[in-house]
Amino acid sequence: MPQMNMVQAVNDALRLELKRDPRVVLLGEDIGKVGGVFRVTQDLQKEFGPDRVIDTPLSEGGIIGAAIGMALYGLHPVPEIQFSDFIFPAFDQIVSELAKFRYRSGGEFPAKMVIRTPVGGGIRGGHYHSQSPEAYFIHTPGLKVVCPSNPYDAKGLLLASLRDPDPVLFFEPKRVYRAARSEVPEGDYTVPLSQAKVVRPGQHVTVLAWGAMLYEAIEAANQAAALGVDTEVIDLRTLWPVDIDTIIASVKKTGRVVVVHEAPKTCGFGAELIALINEKAFLHLEAPPVRVTGYDTPFPYTLEMDYLPLAGRILPALVETARY
Amino acid sequence: MQTQFVLDDVVTVIGPDGVADPATDPKLPGETVVKLFKHMLLTRQVDERLVLLQRQGRIGFHIGSLGEEACILGPAAALGDDDWLWPCYREFGALLLRGMPLQTYLDNMYGNANDAVKGRQMPDHYSGRPYKFGSVSSPIGTQITQAVGFSWAAKMKGDKSVSLVFFGEGATSSSEFHNGMNFAGVYKTPTVFLCRNNGWAISVPAGQQTASQTFAQKAFAYGMTAVRADGNDLLAMVKVTRDAIERGRNGEGPTLIEALTHRLSGHSTSDDPKAYRNEAEMTAERAKDPVPRLRAYLVGLGLWDDAQEKAWAEQVDGEIKRAVETAEKTAAPALHTMFEDVYATQPWHLAEQQAEAERAPRPAGHGGGGGH
Repeated sequence: MPQMNMVQAVNDALRLELKRDPRVVLLGEDIGKVGGVFRVTQDLQKEFGPDRVIDTPLSEGGIIGAAIGMALYGLHPVPEIQFSDFIFPAFDQIVSELAKFRYRSGGEFPAKMVIRTPVGGGIRGGHYHSQSPEAYFIHTPGLKVVCPSNPYDAKGLLLASLRDPDPVLFFEPKRVYRAARSEVPEGDYTVPLSQAKVVRPGQHVTVLAWGAMLYEAIEAANQAAALGVDTEVIDLRTLWPVDIDTIIASVKKTGRVVVVHEAPKTCGFGAELIALINEKAFLHLEAPPVRVTGYDTPFPYTLEMDYLPLAGRILPALVETARY
Repeated sequence: MQTQFVLDDVVTVIGPDGVADPATDPKLPGETVVKLFKHMLLTRQVDERLVLLQRQGRIGFHIGSLGEEACILGPAAALGDDDWLWPCYREFGALLLRGMPLQTYLDNMYGNANDAVKGRQMPDHYSGRPYKFGSVSSPIGTQITQAVGFSWAAKMKGDKSVSLVFFGEGATSSSEFHNGMNFAGVYKTPTVFLCRNNGWAISVPAGQQTASQTFAQKAFAYGMTAVRADGNDLLAMVKVTRDAIERGRNGEGPTLIEALTHRLSGHSTSDDPKAYRNEAEMTAERAKDPVPRLRAYLVGLGLWDDAQEKAWAEQVDGEIKRAVETAEKTAAPALHTMFEDVYATQPWHLAEQQAEAERAPRPAGHGGGGGH
């Protein structure tokens, strides 16, 4: 089985689907000739032509608005937003239009598409190349939100998203685009949406994470083990609709939970996860649920490693929660 | 494509004497013009009744097309069966012309169980896929970019259909107008942009919307053909739209049409234009009403008379009465429909919330008939 990084795995999924389904069209800024600023779409225009892998004008609202029209026609557009920090000019088209089309038209106009976009910090990108805007989209009924942590899941989740009938926001953690490598099968396979994965079983405390922060959670869990704290690490993979059963089963077992995310703390997805845990497993809790997250500041440049919820901040949360 | 910067020409067909100019006349068969005139009358009659129903508290809202019937029905009439219409929110006349039954439209006005959009949107936010007619939303201009994407997809697939998208002159200030016009110009999509310049974006007059001398001239910046037409002249609207559709179908790209018209009513039933415009100054605009204009043309050709008009008004009146009666008798959508179509299949959290709603007490005034 070949070793791939996440850039190669996403490229492989896109190539497979372009080959398999003539309705699939990729569009975005710099995705064609140059293969995207992260080279995720490298060589796809060469292979499938400029009508299926389209270099668009510099207009996120135009990209998503036009992609919605394509979807209404029956194509399966896969727009790329170059950085998820630049998704906001398209916010109205995503939130007011894409998310509501099926519902508002009484089912007459489903609009399926997968919006791919790099997410997260740790790459010295400052405010506008580092943010994690997932909560805005989780908050919007009608959207699905996915964030893989490794190449195998990236390919399988992307193929599942491309075949899903609903609009999907597919966040690619750019900090681990090339750092994370794993064995990736060559052919077609899917990783089903809304299924989390227990990546490290444990008895004392549950930690919920996704994307690049999963590796920080694993690192913290390994360090906690040396201190006698046995941590269960869950990779959510699909953020919404979230795999509530896996989360609740784990929390009922450990009675303790820590949620990790890069996005600011207030009204971040961690708040929703903890509310759900309180609703569904309150009597099983042995300690207050804890969030280790980005701070409620704009994403900083020089001090970004202090801002991010790295293993050094997760470890004390695990130990204190386990010993509460 | 034109090279002059400002467009002085306004395409007109029907002169003040009610006679068509042979140079611009689209030469529609007499029975087609009669049919369109009857639709104009029907549209106006429905409009008037809906305003009344809103004033009586029997429907919540209506956004009408008084004075703008010619530049809504003319372009719609120019479409072929395989072409698509992407509405703003003032085009119910075009929806009826494209084949939606009056009853289905009235069901939308009441948001009842038979409403095609299942009572999920406010009145006049219809959806008409069977009639190749898009879905209405309130945010301004979003349909422009979508129409471009749709017609772009048609072009990619070698399908000859053209998309006609409606918007008001206010929407030309939106980012969506720029996005859509730019993409259409770059990819030469078969799109017809129909800007109804009706003088007002709620309370803001057209002169405050732009520093351009015309709305049409904006097309030049996008490498696009532009035309201005008398929006109160149904035949002129058929003519310019038909030409634009032909250009789109022949691979000559998009066209921006500026239709000069006037909104004779308020923005909607929620608006009182007396607060921002001098209604006495509207006299000149009322004199340009598209209905008497087309009537004079038909009467001049001996294709229409008072007796026909009276009989048609009575027939339409009966149809509206029956549709209103049926819509009012029809129950509200069932509670579970609120939780459907959010996703293709219902996820766990919506199943939970539906169960919660079904246990909750129902508020008064809902769930029993259309009397809200």
